[in-house]
Amino acid sequence: MAEPMRIRATMSGDVADIKVLMNHPMETGQRKDAKTGQLVPAHFIQDVTATINGATVLSANLGSGVSKNPYLGFKVKGPKAGDKVVVNWTDNKGDKNTAETAIA
Amino acid sequence: MNALRRNVLKGAAGASTVAIAIAAGMLKPTQAMAAWNAPAFDAKNVGDAMKGLGVSAPADSKDILIKAPDIAENGAVVPVEVTSKIAGTTSIAILAEKNGTPLVGDFTLSGGAQGFISTRIKMGQTSLVRAVVKAGGKSYTAAKEVKVTIGGCGG
Repeated sequence: MAEPMRIRATMSGDVADIKVLMNHPMETGQRKDAKTGQLVPAHFIQDVTATINGATVLSANLGSGVSKNPYLGFKVKGPKAGDKVVVNWTDNKGDKNTAETAIA
Repeated sequence: MNALRRNVLKGAAGASTVAIAIAAGMLKPTQAMAAWNAPAFDAKNVGDAMKGLGVSAPADSKDILIKAPDIAENGAVVPVEVTSKIAGTTSIAILAEKNGTPLVGDFTLSGGAQGFISTRIKMGQTSLVRAVVKAGGKSYTAAKEVKVTIGGCGG
């Protein structure tokens, strides 16, 4: 199953700076296994959603062109320190993962 | 008996067989994922990818800033930051024009999210990194060339 993911959310002024690091191989489906010569099956995160106190702030579709262990940074105006940030992702095999943190 | 079907059912061997079936275009990896914009992500060129995003002839904009290295030594990890100063930015899409499938990500912003996305992408070869921003029903674009010395696709 999926590895943990890390989120960091900090306020700078009235803007929350949110950084997410997801653990995922992000296989494109085009790479060949060096030993077997077989194509490595595509396996990548397709959907990422982020909410702050339950309200969606980011909903992203990713392709296989995102690097391994995807990093995502975004900024949201309005929240306060202590607000809850929740990030969810789903990959093309239906694996899901979720993590939450409070804005510092 | 259908040999492929037998193979697919063969448990442990199943995963790689499914991948081959996907590569052969027999199975779409996204069939079960209705929300994922498959036509845009499967597109093999920038024009089709934009069509999939519902964008046609976006206007060039100087209010979109793309921060990416001029030369990326490792195409597998190219940091890209897109800042849109256009008021009312609702989505930012990132494309690496010469990748096999150019569309890298499509980010929809809401609820106070700023016109800013920072991520890391793979690039197969030197090409333009293009950002497409939707704001107020219109679309805008900007691009920056990134030279890649070692490709990040294939291997």
